[in-house]
Amino acid sequence: MRRLVAIAAAIAVLSACEREDREFRPPPVGTEAEAPVTLSSIAPGTGPAERPGEMGQAYEENAYHLSEGKRLFTWFNCKGCHANGGGGSGPALMDDSWIYGGALLNVVQTIREGRPNGMPSFRGKIPEEQIMQIAAYVRSMERQVPQDAAPGRNDDLMPRPSEHRLPARPAVPGGTVPPSGQAPQ
Amino acid sequence: MRSSFLQCCFLAAVLTLSPSISRSQPQDGRPRPAAPAFAVSPNDADWATPAKNTAGTRYSELSEINTQNVNRLQVAFTFSTGVNKGHEGAPLVVGGLMFIVSPYPNIVYALDLTRPGGPLKWQYNPKPDASAQGVACCDVVNRGPTYSNGRLFFTTLDAHVVALDAGTGREIWNVKLGEINRGETMTMAPLVVKDKVIAGISGGEYGVRGWVQALDAADGKTVWKAYSTGPDQDVKIGADFKPFYEEDRGKDLGVSTWPPNAWEIGGGTVWGFASYDPDLDLIFYGTANPGPWNPNQRPGDNKWTNTVFARDPDTGQARWAYQWNPHDLHDWDGINENILVEVVWHGKPRKALVHPDRNGLVYLLDRTTGEVLSANFYHPVNTHRGVDLKTGRIRINEQKYPHEGKVIRNVCPTAPGAKDWSPSSFSHQTGLLYIPHNNLCMDWESTEANYIAGTPYVGAEVRMYAGPGGHRGELSAWDILAGKEVWTIKERFPVWGGTMTTAGGLVFYGNMEGWFKAVDAKTGAVLWQFKTSSGIIGQPTTYRGPDGKQYIAVLSGVGGWAGSIVSGDLDPRDSTAALGFVNAMADLKQATTKGGNLYVFALP
Repeated sequence: MRRLVAIAAAIAVLSACEREDREFRPPPVGTEAEAPVTLSSIAPGTGPAERPGEMGQAYEENAYHLSEGKRLFTWFNCKGCHANGGGGSGPALMDDSWIYGGALLNVVQTIREGRPNGMPSFRGKIPEEQIMQIAAYVRSMERQVPQDAAPGRNDDLMPRPSEHRLPARPAVPGGTVPPSGQAPQ
Repeated sequence: MRSSFLQCCFLAAVLTLSPSISRSQPQDGRPRPAAPAFAVSPNDADWATPAKNTAGTRYSELSEINTQNVNRLQVAFTFSTGVNKGHEGAPLVVGGLMFIVSPYPNIVYALDLTRPGGPLKWQYNPKPDASAQGVACCDVVNRGPTYSNGRLFFTTLDAHVVALDAGTGREIWNVKLGEINRGETMTMAPLVVKDKVIAGISGGEYGVRGWVQALDAADGKTVWKAYSTGPDQDVKIGADFKPFYEEDRGKDLGVSTWPPNAWEIGGGTVWGFASYDPDLDLIFYGTANPGPWNPNQRPGDNKWTNTVFARDPDTGQARWAYQWNPHDLHDWDGINENILVEVVWHGKPRKALVHPDRNGLVYLLDRTTGEVLSANFYHPVNTHRGVDLKTGRIRINEQKYPHEGKVIRNVCPTAPGAKDWSPSSFSHQTGLLYIPHNNLCMDWESTEANYIAGTPYVGAEVRMYAGPGGHRGELSAWDILAGKEVWTIKERFPVWGGTMTTAGGLVFYGNMEGWFKAVDAKTGAVLWQFKTSSGIIGQPTTYRGPDGKQYIAVLSGVGGWAGSIVSGDLDPRDSTAALGFVNAMADLKQATTKGGNLYVFALP
């Protein structure tokens, strides 16, 4: 029994090491451009469109990257439009609807390239690695990351339940209709 | 300080115990405030500018629909704008045509009122840059076009001003005045003064340096441009400038009341309704909040933000200015309407200006000098103790000062203020002011704001909630001379649209659940109401149709800052969403849905 406890403790400690691991030279992320990053659930021919792969997953499982993402989310004024995930002039990020896809690489592309209904392009303004960290944090807002890696409560005014306390809710595939009203033409 | 708030609380508690409509005696036998002669037009059947006349009274002499028959009012026709965002505009009517501007993408529609059902005569799509949606702080609204001399003028979200031929919809000129990449947008309804179009810039939450411009109505060329911050030369302060109060005198106050260069990104945008007195030949308009919201980053009075200016419309030169809220602490834009009225004050006739501010006070100013005659509370307030009438300066409650990193709780009123843009109306008949307003308080934490051009420059964590009494909005009838409420109607949500009054003894307004109401202007009794398809935040208007009948028109379509939880699909689990407004509006999604429809009513 005692041995079992010791093994369990050792596993817990080791996994915690993984969670807290700080990669000062993380793997290059530039190759992400070659990964399938599709916005549609359908493709001509047989079978559904290829969905974004698991590239960048390490960012979502690492508490350091997520907490850096949370800091940068404020630092680069993401918060000014998206608030603490509930949205404002920009759409909500803590719900399950994603206009331009909710996979990590979709979010990375949204930040880097911008989107036509008001999302600015941060290409050349934010280093790639920090974009990955911000995107991973955005995914944590609706708890699409492991609970033990998601950030805890803020030091500031408590705006919402902490990221690690929300129930996990996967994104609805295929994006949604943009909230902006469509003009009749 | 605290006791004054307790009194407020106590008053509010008493009010909640009394029935939903409370009355007190109006006027006390003194001469009533009156509309200036230039605002009186007995035979005018049209509604050519959102505020009806340049005094901004929003009063029509039409009286076919009155307190006796309004209960028979019914829908005459409807029209879909095809846009599901906040409809803050006013439907205008001139010579048998009705003009509407939709929210972004700012499509202009002209409806032919001479034919049954008001069919479309023409439409014009300015095709604004879609990216402008990303730098509009509070939904993608537009506050309406304005008509003058056969032309229709309006602004677009991507900061263009456009002039159309009102008969055909042909574009006459289209000028770009702002850069969305710096956060500059336009939402304001222009005002035409003589041969000039007055329009200002929006973007106070993006560190935009505010200005107002006069364009030549003939070709759109800029005649003058006056900034709200910076050196006197830029603000157009010169030899004619004679402010009433000592603290507004001095050289280059728009520079010296800021930390070095902070005025360059200091806000003071211009997006409310301007008014004009042809006798004094002065325009009046307010400037918005300083940037960022966090006041710790901008010590000083931050002139000329949160200020009312009186300017010469031909040269732009300032005649006087008065700062409602020096060193603004809570995003209290000074852009609310300035309605021009004639009063007898302490036995002397005065040309006055009445202004319900975001800070919870209704101000009465002498519009020739900028002297504050009175300032009285119309909303529970604990952040200040009103205005010192000797110095003209507001007295701040230091206990509510938003020091950085500290959560200040129970701050009343909130960032949108006791009342936001929603325009009041003044009845030439009753002499009362009808103020649509909020009843909200908030928690506020100032945080360090980072200036990145084209992104928000705010620096505050805010969450709002209902004020004392639990209701979130009111329509109040206000006695301007006595400085007190005559009656009030409590609403579940903020009253975010405008009001309109008629010689039929009626006040019209809509609420965010979608009810459009006609109220007895004397008593506040609701005489008629109709449920439209979406929440109402628009400005009602009235006109006499080509068939000789009186019609009432309003746009229905929830949104704006207050309604962005619905129009922008925001998530109420985040209490700071929409700069903290979502927390006070969490149940709006259960009360209404998005929409965009014109409703026109008439007697059968």
